Amino acid sequence: MSRDTLPRPGSRLRPEKTEEPATRTQPSPRRQHWTKRPNPLAGLGSVIWLAIVIVPIYAMLSASLTSQDKALTGNPLNPPTSPTLDNYNLVLHSGFGHLLSNTAIVAVAVVAIVLGLSVPLAYVAVRTRNRWSGLAFRLFLLGVAIPAQAVVVPLYLLIAKLDLYDSLLAVILPTAAFAMPVSVLVLVGTLRDVSEELYEAMALDGASPQRMLFQLAIPMAKGGISTVVIYAALQAWNGFLFPLIFTQSDEPRVLTLGLFNYVSQFGVNIPALLASVVLSGVPIFAVYLVARRALVGGLMGVGGK
Amino acid sequence: MPGVLFFAFFAVVPMGLAFYLSFTSWDGLGDPTPVGLDNWRKLIDDDRMVQSLWLTVLLTAASWVFQTVIALLLGVWAAGRQRNRAVLSAIFFVPFLLSSTAIALLFYALLDPNFGIIRENILGSSSGAFLAIVFVGGWQFIPFHTLIYQGGARQIPEVLYQAAAIDGAGRYRQFFSITLPQLRHTVTTSTVLMVVGSLTYFETVLILTKGGPGTDTAILPYLMYEAGFKSYDFGYASAIASFLVLVATGLSLILVRLTGFGGMRSTREGM
Repeated sequence: MSRDTLPRPGSRLRPEKTEEPATRTQPSPRRQHWTKRPNPLAGLGSVIWLAIVIVPIYAMLSASLTSQDKALTGNPLNPPTSPTLDNYNLVLHSGFGHLLSNTAIVAVAVVAIVLGLSVPLAYVAVRTRNRWSGLAFRLFLLGVAIPAQAVVVPLYLLIAKLDLYDSLLAVILPTAAFAMPVSVLVLVGTLRDVSEELYEAMALDGASPQRMLFQLAIPMAKGGISTVVIYAALQAWNGFLFPLIFTQSDEPRVLTLGLFNYVSQFGVNIPALLASVVLSGVPIFAVYLVARRALVGGLMGVGGK
Repeated sequence: MPGVLFFAFFAVVPMGLAFYLSFTSWDGLGDPTPVGLDNWRKLIDDDRMVQSLWLTVLLTAASWVFQTVIALLLGVWAAGRQRNRAVLSAIFFVPFLLSSTAIALLFYALLDPNFGIIRENILGSSSGAFLAIVFVGGWQFIPFHTLIYQGGARQIPEVLYQAAAIDGAGRYRQFFSITLPQLRHTVTTSTVLMVVGSLTYFETVLILTKGGPGTDTAILPYLMYEAGFKSYDFGYASAIASFLVLVATGLSLILVRLTGFGGMRSTREGM
């Protein structure tokens, strides 16, 4: 599924496929690497990168278990001499649960909106070939390149006029809108692979377009849909700019913004700050452990080829 | 199609509105008043703007080199399927699971001169702060791009390598004559994502350096944020934002031209 999820700009919405499915060579699942000899240079490089990845994570974990006065005298690379969970306690009692539940609400809402709008849209873009659907698709291609920063000022105006300022909706709606272009492209890519004959067969059986969408297109596009779910959820999880600018009070604060505020709240209490960073990573790390295959596969889909 | 309307309302309309606002003066409270070209004139005369544009381009370029080289090598290496590689790739991926904010905070702490690993004020020197942003961005996004390259490398047909091996090409020859050319579309995809993504280094800059020391890491999005949401000069902020769109579009157009992304036909050359 990693191959054709992102549609090629050159071949957009053309009725005939530019590539025969038969020329696609799927690597055998247990394929050996092409050189059997070990590659010492590459091995060394990967170990170096491993260190670059692990050392900061290790330093973070170790420091978050150290009391503040010890942290200032010791090096974070040394293992903590008398580990303490005080920092975690402090963070958990500073409204962390509230931040987490807000973020979860935003993520679920964003995924729901993105799926609800982009699945039918991609379906229409693939199935109907009139000027409007082509135009709409081009609009989304363009949308991939719009940086969120560029529209944040007018969005601020819009949000204020809609009376949404400082609410969770003020975060949810723009985040969902900005997750849509990539989602539509990914879905169009997968839906395009559903063969025409299947639709024709269903049409002959008298199925309505809605029925075809729910009983054929959606089941066939499962891979693309899970990619979109992961992508949209990550966008919501990661979002910083929209919450920073469209919210103000404690009530609608999400996790990323909460972390940012901990900097001033905890001041120089860096161990507590790091404990909050660790805690913020726990939920998604749990998801990663459970659904590694889907997550990694889904993200390969976002990248496409 | 409600989807189109929704997207248009929250993304396309605001872009037009941003352009309109760039011709007005607005403090965020009252109504915008038209001031003609004032903001744009100010933009052209602003020395910080020139510096900021240069920084943005430099940051994008430096991040591209850093991330592409490492992600490409790691991705190709990880495309093999031995067991230890699978385990290592899983570990490599971990940084991507933290949000940009969390990562920026992590390095904010680790680079703190009183606390961190290196007890030197890296973020206090302008080249140090710049390199720190490049490094932190790479630390976060290299896992993702490695994944893309890994996917790309697995799609390269085995026969090409077999044929090359029969012709007596060594490993490095194979890498430069087969792997790299075969991956060029993957490079393009990844590059486009990196260029668009490097504009989101805003969080990293805001948390790590606040644009400093002085204005030495104030990239365009940060300058826009300061003008708008710190100085409440939303007209000027909109001018910067419109300029940002121009730069981003320009960059992607150049990329498309240079790489022939539009053509995209001969993925299977040499088959």
